[in-house]
Amino acid sequence: MRISMDLELQDTPGQLKHVLTPISDLGGNIASIVHHHDKKTFRNTVPVSVIFDIEEQTLEELQDGLEQNGVTVVRIGKMRLRARTHILLIGHIIHTDLRDTIDEIDGTGFAEVQDLSLSMPAIDGPSSAIITIMATGDEELKKSIGILRQIAERKDLLIIEPLDERGSPGGVSNEE
Amino acid sequence: MRNSQSLLTISIIGFGAVGQGVATIVQNVPRIKVVAIADSKGVALMPDLKDVLARKRGGQPIANSNLTALDVIRTVDHDVVVEVTPTNIHGGEPGLTHVREALKNKRCVVTSNKGPLVAAFDELTQLAHTNGVALRYEATVGGAMPIVNLIRDTLAGARVLDIRGVLNGTCNYILTRMAEEALDYDQVLSEAQDMGIAEADPTYDVAGIDTACKVIILANAFFGRNATFADVDVTGIDRITQDALQLARQRGFAVKLVGDVQELAVSPKLIPIGHPLNVSGTLNAASILTDTAGEITVAGKGAGSIETASAILSDILSLMRDRS
Repeated sequence: MRISMDLELQDTPGQLKHVLTPISDLGGNIASIVHHHDKKTFRNTVPVSVIFDIEEQTLEELQDGLEQNGVTVVRIGKMRLRARTHILLIGHIIHTDLRDTIDEIDGTGFAEVQDLSLSMPAIDGPSSAIITIMATGDEELKKSIGILRQIAERKDLLIIEPLDERGSPGGVSNEE
Repeated sequence: MRNSQSLLTISIIGFGAVGQGVATIVQNVPRIKVVAIADSKGVALMPDLKDVLARKRGGQPIANSNLTALDVIRTVDHDVVVEVTPTNIHGGEPGLTHVREALKNKRCVVTSNKGPLVAAFDELTQLAHTNGVALRYEATVGGAMPIVNLIRDTLAGARVLDIRGVLNGTCNYILTRMAEEALDYDQVLSEAQDMGIAEADPTYDVAGIDTACKVIILANAFFGRNATFADVDVTGIDRITQDALQLARQRGFAVKLVGDVQELAVSPKLIPIGHPLNVSGTLNAASILTDTAGEITVAGKGAGSIETASAILSDILSLMRDRS
């Protein structure tokens, strides 16, 4: 899971390792660190925001570790759905029960349909829809696209996926 | 072949749009001599190019001999067979026999015909190698857009990891017009047929077959896949609606028919509007991912008589350079 943390560090050299060591000891992978030197607090501490991926069950242990190192944890944010893609659907979307298609994605627990635009030109003609799927991570997003492919095959819908980004298969873009 | 100062002698087998394009542009090239032209009805030996082109345009027969195309390939002494008969995806004939016979008779082959390469790529490249002659096919993929020779020669220092492209001008024209003018598929298809951009039976283009053939050729040439048509997963553009294109556009995407060479797949894809593969009209584009040179994208005219002939001429000229 991706975590964003706002911390406060003493304004003395060598403090950052008190943040990085516990995260990496617990298998965390740091995505971004910003040192807000210009926003020093009245307690003479420096705010730091750090974003990293880590197993959710290690969070408590991490928080203890940071506090033992004299780091103040101001805020912990869990960024649940961070991978996003758009999929175009063409066919008898309504007749084949759109609700059911969305429920299958939402029912996974790791992905959900967040947005849908639908166009129905004629009662008997094929309709078109573009949906936005959000998932907890890149792998989960790929899985949910796989589920959608199976649904499309079963319901004879044409699905059009984004061109894979080079280096991040699945048309995945990371969003906060 | 003989020394660099001598003439390069060629035959043109197939005298449709591409064959006529070749005859038109080689007129201006010194040291290339056309020794025979074959169309479906017969063979013109030692043709006067202006005269033959005029006769063909006027609907008159061009033949001045009793020879067949195969006779020319087997018995008329010349260096290069330019095989430009129409692509037949079911077995590749008659092009396959033309190419095979040319190579066996130690003639180089330059072709725009995808059929033989889709049916028997490995056999033909092996045959060329055994006989010490060249088989060149730049014109089979992307028309005037350089890709085969670009990868083989210019990018020789990089390893190619993947190639993806918008490789069919007819599909691209239809999708572009549908999106930009908010027109229905059937309307734009008729328009494209009127303009000669789409065939009367458009299946070969719109069902993704043509793109699949190009994917196979690139996969065989650069990834050693020895793939044939059955290996490619193909989805065409004929189910795409105008509404779908408008919805995609509102989210910042265009829809293009994309051939993915590593995946051996052809399917419509959402492409960000600003992406280099988002070319419009009948243009083709290909994006080549390499280990050391990163990603390189080329775009150009994917079809047309003179455009395709230009790719054939570049292959012929490179054969001339190779022998000098």
